[in-house]
Order: sequence, then structure tokens, then C-alpha cells
Amino acid sequence: MIAGSVVVVIGAFVVGESIPALTHIGGSRFMTDESWHPAADASFGQFNLLPILIGTVLSSFAAISVAAPLGILSAAFCQFYAPLRVARWYRLMIELMAGVPSVVFGLWGLVVLVPIIARIHPPGQSLFTGIVILTLMILPTVALLSDAALASVPRSYLQGAAALGLSRATTTLSVVIPAARSGLVTAVLLGLVRAIGETMAVVMVCGNVVRVPSGPFDPIRTLTATIALEMGYARGDHRASLFFCGMILLFLVTLLVTTMEIVNRRLRHGTT
Amino acid sequence: MNRRFQSVSGVIVLACAIVVGCEDSSPAVNPTQPVEVKQVTITGASTLAPLLSEIAKRFENENPGTRIDIQSGGSSRGVSDTRSGLADIGMVSRDLKPGEDDLQRFRIARDGVCLIVHRDNSVESLSREQIIGIYTGEIRNWQEVGGTNAPITVVNKAEGRSTLEVFAGYFKLDTRKIHADVVIGDNEQGVKTVAGNPLAIGYVSIGTAEYDRESGIPIRLLPLEGIEASVKNVANETFPMSRTLHLVTKSQPEGIVKDVVEFATSPKVHDLVRELSFVPIE
Amino acid sequence: MARRESWFPHLFDTCVWLAPVPIAGLFLWLLGDLVIRGGGAFWPVDTEVTGIRSVIVIAEQIIHFLTASPVRAGRGGGIGPILVSTGLILTVCMFVALPIGLGTAILLSEFLAEQNRFGRLVRRSLDVLAGVPSIVFGLFGNAFFCRFLGLRFSIAAGGLTLACMVLPLLIRSAEEGFRAVPESQRQAAAALGFSRWSTVFRIIIPQASLGIVVGLILGIGRAVAETAALIFTSGYVDRMPRSLGDSGRSLSIHIYDLSMNVPGGNENAYASALVLVVSLVVINVSARKLAASFLHREVSHT
Repeated sequence: MIAGSVVVVIGAFVVGESIPALTHIGGSRFMTDESWHPAADASFGQFNLLPILIGTVLSSFAAISVAAPLGILSAAFCQFYAPLRVARWYRLMIELMAGVPSVVFGLWGLVVLVPIIARIHPPGQSLFTGIVILTLMILPTVALLSDAALASVPRSYLQGAAALGLSRATTTLSVVIPAARSGLVTAVLLGLVRAIGETMAVVMVCGNVVRVPSGPFDPIRTLTATIALEMGYARGDHRASLFFCGMILLFLVTLLVTTMEIVNRRLRHGTT
Repeated sequence: MNRRFQSVSGVIVLACAIVVGCEDSSPAVNPTQPVEVKQVTITGASTLAPLLSEIAKRFENENPGTRIDIQSGGSSRGVSDTRSGLADIGMVSRDLKPGEDDLQRFRIARDGVCLIVHRDNSVESLSREQIIGIYTGEIRNWQEVGGTNAPITVVNKAEGRSTLEVFAGYFKLDTRKIHADVVIGDNEQGVKTVAGNPLAIGYVSIGTAEYDRESGIPIRLLPLEGIEASVKNVANETFPMSRTLHLVTKSQPEGIVKDVVEFATSPKVHDLVRELSFVPIE
Repeated sequence: MARRESWFPHLFDTCVWLAPVPIAGLFLWLLGDLVIRGGGAFWPVDTEVTGIRSVIVIAEQIIHFLTASPVRAGRGGGIGPILVSTGLILTVCMFVALPIGLGTAILLSEFLAEQNRFGRLVRRSLDVLAGVPSIVFGLFGNAFFCRFLGLRFSIAAGGLTLACMVLPLLIRSAEEGFRAVPESQRQAAAALGFSRWSTVFRIIIPQASLGIVVGLILGIGRAVAETAALIFTSGYVDRMPRSLGDSGRSLSIHIYDLSMNVPGGNENAYASALVLVVSLVVINVSARKLAASFLHREVSHT
């Protein structure tokens, strides 16, 4: 009810503010301009968003491909493998990770990780560092939601598997995980969505250079970082184009969420 | 459940009472007389926000019954909020642009911009041409300017930032032609980047860099045109790359706004200005 | 088949045991770094103070840090007003998000069939809401709560914006918790003559309290961790707030300002981060204990 309307209002707001960008700059320029050098007047600036979009996609998709297996495995660890005391401490630690501000992750990344990576391959602020930090940040989301999904598998399944003499690994892999499929898919997709929306930490460790990276150690810029860095200094068409970045982000998220729903519906009908 | 509920709600009520109690114990509130609170809102450059916060606190202490709220958001925000009336005063960390002539401006402090490298970097100074070469990507290796054989990590500020505009203006660089390896937002981010990478070069506010160097952060300030980069040299106006920090108002300030502006630009706050490593306007 | 059964489980087991290692390793590294850099703020500078006196001095410094106002742009003094602001923002957030969240979750799980179109729409918009970047929330919050509703930079605006951000997490977790309550409970309640609402309040909510609490913890975590959304809504002011209409910065904004904007603010930035982490631990543990007590009260077995 209220929640639904909030989304609509946010959507309308973002779209409304982006309109000047679309009318003055025009859709194609966002892809064909030379680079990203925005100005308050559309005719003076350049607005190629493609490298920035690629930056967002690369960093978040790479992060989730690391965080998803790690998160699901650690949820399995918590639920089925670890002794109770260890599991409780581990879960507490993951919940703690969920609450650490992105500023702290970013700060640590900038001050500790970046110099180490800079020694391997300068500049240090890069796609790689961004992926590491993003993975750390979305892992709690994936792990905790997976944990809840695994926990909600009916006891009878576990008892059945035990009765059949299946090993823990087989039980987990062949019985529990498939049963919790839809919850796990949700966990992974929400983690991905969180990675796409992360702002502060990314600003500190990704380098923020508008260029398509030629390797993992090259710097990248994401859509969120662009909004964060430039919003305070943007006027006119520049400001509108930043809202357009927000619009792209919303569109991406909506796309992913709808996909998740379709996948889940298919899965649910499959298992009964 | 009822008893537990009661105890929990009791705790919450107690907490609220404590908070409310703390509020009332502030000396500025006189229970017998209704206090007329005069409010001033100041928004703008994040560079100036800490300084104005301190100035505001001192003003509030000397003039009870006033509240000065500082918000950040960037120099352009300061300008637009002042124009639209959302803020009474704007903080601008650069000289005003031609289109901003309608605003009243008041100089509050001066600051220099200098280049920094890592302390372990053997390069001791760079000429104007070398700096331009490095930042446009023509010079890519430290060896070409007398350093070790290693690629240069160029650190630049994000578009629209005042420091970038001062830097680009001084070296007559088109910001589009700058080839950067890392783009940063605020000054300290730049310092941390350079301090963590022996191959990096960047530019930041001199006051910030000097303070950090004195605190032990491994950076070195490069001289410009032979003049050492120091707050002292910004003060005696020998350092070439400097900027003036301003407060702006929509029209000639009156009343409490006038008092605040006068206070902020008076010698009474020069110690605060110096503490944050800026140069007061004498 | 037999061959697969022999080595595959071991491989999987190894993977499961290995997975937490890099996670815990990196995170503990981060925490350790925080403690080392932040602890310096509390360590007694005077080296003549030793033994039991040093413990007292450290305790004093910690209390001072937690209650005093920031001095010299935050490089000295403490974070008292900021803790109060953060607490108030969180309180507003929870006061708004909990009722709406629980209500929506109940609606979704108890009163609407799973396939219901309206329910699906709500769920989908909630998931989208969960994915909106924090900075977009900040801009939206600024335009809607601060300007349109006239709240200006204030704790109230910040809390409301955070409530929007936290709502999807809360609802989803609560809904999962509600769904996990076996149908048999509802049927038993119906057989005993409970009304729909009584069932919800006396049977289902207590049983689902674990899910609700997890949602709450995740929500508080997300709220406390927020920076970008709050800069534009509850603002930058570091004074002790006198009402919900006052502007007041949150702990994460303070950490950001000290580490990225104020020269020499590093030590206090880390110290503040340490305070934040410790408070998170306290909140998490006490939230779980509270839920556990509800559980014991209402359900005699399980």
C-alpha cells in the first residue's frame, strides 16, 4: 500500500528530474559522445555514459559471482556443519558486517587494501579492489537471506535424507539447496541489487576514472559514484543527466527484480 | 507478555525522559522568558564546512539565542541555495564566476593549492612544463622527470570541484585533456591516495597537506616556480597558486546575518582559521 | 555412482568449511585495523600512568568521548551530540517502519493468497525499493521530506527517509517468518475459535518473532550504515539536537567528514567507527535476547 506508492513517487521524481537531460541531450548522445565531461549547458558538454554503465555492471556482477557461492556456502556452514556455538558467533559476525557503514569499508579499502594492490599493479584503486570491497559488503545480505532460506526447509526433508543414509554434503547439495531454491535466488539477486546501488565505498576504492577498463587493475567509475561525486557541483543539464544516471539504476534494478520474480515462479511451480 | 511489555515500554519512556531532560538543562533556555531563537542557515563547500562549524559554535556561545546550521553540498549548492533563499549564507571555496555577480561576496580566508608526492619519491621539484606533461599524459614515467623507472599514477579531482578549477586555471589546462589514473572527491581522499602509493602525484589544499605532513603522513609538498609550498608563503602572497574562500549572500546582509558575516570575517576568528590550516584575511 | 559418492562429499565439505575463512579473515582484519587505529584515541598519553590507574583513565576517556561535544571540527572532544542524533534518527525510523512493515507483512502473508496480483505487485515494488541506491534515496528524501513537506534539514526527515529504505528488508524478513509458521498452528487456532486478528497477534507474531527480529537487525544495520541518504536529509550539524526538527549528523556522516574532509581527523574517525561497531554488537545481542524472551513466554514448546 504505502510501500508501493513510495516506489512510484521515487520513480516519478527521478524520471521527472531526468527529463531535461533527455530532451536537451538526446538518448543517443549518451552512448556516442566522446567521453563524460558534463557541463550545465548540453551543447558544451559530453555525456557518454557507456563506460560508467559498464563500470557498474562489471563491478557488481563480478562481486555477486564471488559473494553468491561464498554466501550460500557459509549459510550452509552455519546451518548444517558448524557446532552450535561457532555458528552463533559466525552469525553474529555476519550481522555485524551488515551494519558496518560503507564509509568504514571504503576507508579500510583506501588505506589498507589499495596500497597493497598498488604495489602489485598501480594505481591500486581499480575494478579489482572494488570487487573485493563490494563482495565483503554484499556478503552479509546474501549469507543472512540464504541462512533464512535454508532454515525454512521442512525438517521432514532432512529426516528423510538421514533415513536414506545420505552424507551431509549430498543432503545439503541435493536436497536442501534445491528445496530452498527460490529463497536462495532471492538472496543472490538482492545481493546483486545491493552491489549495484553501493555508493560511498565505491567512490573511495574504484578510482572513478571514466574509462572502459582494459584489465581488472584499471580504475573504473560507476553510476552511483558519478552521482555522488558530481551532484554537489552540478547545475542545469549536468544535474539532469545525473538524475538520468539514477533512472538507469532504477531501470536496472526493476529489470533484475522482475527477472527474479519470473525465475522464482518457475521454480515454485516445479517443486510444488 | 504483559509484564515484559510493560517493562520494555517503561525503559523506552525512561529513555525519552532522559533525552528531554538533557535538552532542558542547556543554559540557553530561560524558563521564565520565551526565548526568541534566531536561526541562520549556511550551506556550501565542504572545504569550508568544518571552519564555519567552529565559527558558528563560537558565535552561538557569545550570542545565546542564536542557532547557526551548517550544511555541506558543494560550492555550487552554496550559490544556488543562497539565491533561492534556502540558505542565508553560502560558502564558496573559489572565486566567483562571471554569472554569479548578483551575489554579495565576503572574503573569509585564503588557501593555496600545491602538488604532493609520496615522501619516498626522489623527485624534489617539477617545472611547469613537466606538470602539464604529466597531467596531459605525455609524460608517463617518473624516469622522464628525474625519478625511478616506474609509471606515474596521476591523481585528479572530480569535475566541478573548486580545487580542480584553481589547478586547471593556473596551468591553463582544459579539464577534458587531463589524463588521470585516479579521480578523487575530497582533499583527504587525495592525501590518503598519495600516501598509500609511492608512484602517485596529486594536488590538494596546502593547509591540509601541511597539517597532514606534520602529523606524520608520508607525503611531500612540491614547490612551485621555486617557491616552497607552505601556509606561510600563501600568507605572504609569494606562493603562486592560491585561491580565496568566500561567503556569499543574496543581497546586502542585515540583522543577524550581518552579524554572522561580520563575525566570520573579523580577527576574532583568525585563530580558528589558522587551526584549520587556512590563511586569515588581514 | 559409488566413486562420486566417495570423493565428492569430501570436496563439498571442504568447500563449506573453507568458505567462512576468507570472509572472517578479511572482516577481522578490518576490525583489527579499526581497533588499532581507533583505540589510540582512548589510550592514555601519559606514560607514567600504569596498572589499575590506566584502566580507570581509559574508562574515563571512553566516557568522555561518548558524552562530550566535538571540538576543533571533531578532532577533539567527543561524539555525544552525534550519538544522540543518530539514536533519534534510528528511533524515528523504527517507529515509522515497524508498524507499516509489520502491517504490510501480515497483509501479504495472512490475508492475501500467494498468487494474488496485488500482493505480487506490492512485493515487486518492495524489492525494487530495496535496490534503490542510497544516494537516490538521499536526493528523493531531500526533495520530498525536506522541501515538499517542509521539514528542512532535520532528524525527522532523515528518519523518514531511512524508514523508506529499511521497509523492504523488514517486510520481507517478517513475511518469511510468518510463512514459516506451520499451517497447523492456524488451523488449531481456528478450531479453538480464535478470530483472525487474535490468531495473528497471539500465535503467529510471537512464533515469527525470529524472522521479525532478523529483519529488524538487518534494518537497523542498514540504517546505521547509511551515509549518502542522510547527508541530504538530516544534515551536517554536529550540535546537540533539541527536537526532531533540528538538523543533526549521524555517526557515519561524522566518520566520513573526519576521515575525508578534516585534516587530522583520522584518529577520531576510527574511534567513532569503533563506537559504532560496538553499539551494533550490543543492539544485535539484545535484540536477539528480547526475541528469545518473547518466544519463551508465548510458546510452551519448540
